[in-house]
Amino acid sequence: MKYKDYYSILGVERSAGAEDIKKAYRKLARKYHPDVSSDPKGEEKFKEVAEAYETLKNPEKRAAYDQLGSYQPGQDFQPPPDWGKQFGDSQFSSEDVDLADLFAGLAASRHRAGPGAGQIRMPGQDYEITAHISLEEAYRGTEVELNLTVPEYDETGRLHRVPRTFKVRIPKGATDGQRLRLAGRGGKGLNGGRDGDLYLNTALHPHPLFRVSGHDLYLDLPLAPWEAVLGATVEVPTLGGPVRLKVPPDTHAGQQLRLSRRGLPKPHGKEGDLFAIAQIVVPTVTSERERELFKQLAEGSTFNPRGHFQQEVKSES
Amino acid sequence: MKAEHTEAVWLTEENEFSFAELAELSGLSETELRELVDYGAVTPINPDSSPWVFTGKCLLTVRTACRLRIGFDLEPHGVALMVSLLDRIHELEAQLGSLRAQLPRHIR
Repeated sequence: MKYKDYYSILGVERSAGAEDIKKAYRKLARKYHPDVSSDPKGEEKFKEVAEAYETLKNPEKRAAYDQLGSYQPGQDFQPPPDWGKQFGDSQFSSEDVDLADLFAGLAASRHRAGPGAGQIRMPGQDYEITAHISLEEAYRGTEVELNLTVPEYDETGRLHRVPRTFKVRIPKGATDGQRLRLAGRGGKGLNGGRDGDLYLNTALHPHPLFRVSGHDLYLDLPLAPWEAVLGATVEVPTLGGPVRLKVPPDTHAGQQLRLSRRGLPKPHGKEGDLFAIAQIVVPTVTSERERELFKQLAEGSTFNPRGHFQQEVKSES
Repeated sequence: MKAEHTEAVWLTEENEFSFAELAELSGLSETELRELVDYGAVTPINPDSSPWVFTGKCLLTVRTACRLRIGFDLEPHGVALMVSLLDRIHELEAQLGSLRAQLPRHIR
């Protein structure tokens, strides 16, 4: 079994009082709790902190932990002989057990020994996991394989870390942050308690062309100045394949052209839209002939894109 | 190690959960859940009708509430306040994400 130094995880001395331990935990919870932390590693760190606090806040568990002795974090160790018996678990075994499960096991053994032993219904644990998928996979629906190491009760009510693999079909309808519930696919319940659920958070990889907002998509649509003025029919990519889009004459930069129902499918039917955002792009390399044509346009046009500057200045004076 | 094949259901505004289901699935007691409703952290589809029915999104909210209650050792009013503020943050983040999506790539 690998040793974890719960005191150093919480940043307190081994002699720290209950109030100091609570204070240290609260500070770290504020920093790493996955619901309030922006730290990408927050969840992992919070699990460590919560595990340490779970043991150190309880005087009995803390005493049992202190009796294990002190080792380097990660160092292999064995609890002293009779440790289990001393803390109320005569069937104690340290084989294939994580330190957190060891203490959960102590609590469970007390339940087993108490009144109505073996009768307490315990629901299985819920698992939460994030699946990273591409926009194309969200559009079509996909299947992902997830490997989790999860705590599970064995027949005697002892917790063990068990590797499990889930194949999950993600139906159409995913977008960033959308949640799926897989009923009964969490940890097994004990003594007739219900099995836990698996909650899957879908996260989309950034796409080189499309940007996502809910189930709507946004695409930059570069247009040549003459296409914007005269109008054009252009081919644009969509997740379902290229389509032809009619750009109306006098299209301005930033104008959004809506391609109805060409966005991501929604969970209960219907689809989001795709918005093509017009961008006027000027050629970086021009031929003699093109420059000549632009000169003619400049000489023949009365268009003044900065006309409003003068108006605004006049109205101020 | 055997791979288990599982069908999945989206949690959206379209799913519905009863009051008892929501309590069971979130790990909160019915009293705690009722307090969250009283403090406005979650709202039933029709608060005036009985029994209460909630959308799938409420399940996510109450699960968050349960995590916060355990993680920060908070009483129900504190949990409700935190959940409401987190909802507000997520709403603003979604609006910000939507506005960012509408900006041309070279400006972003």
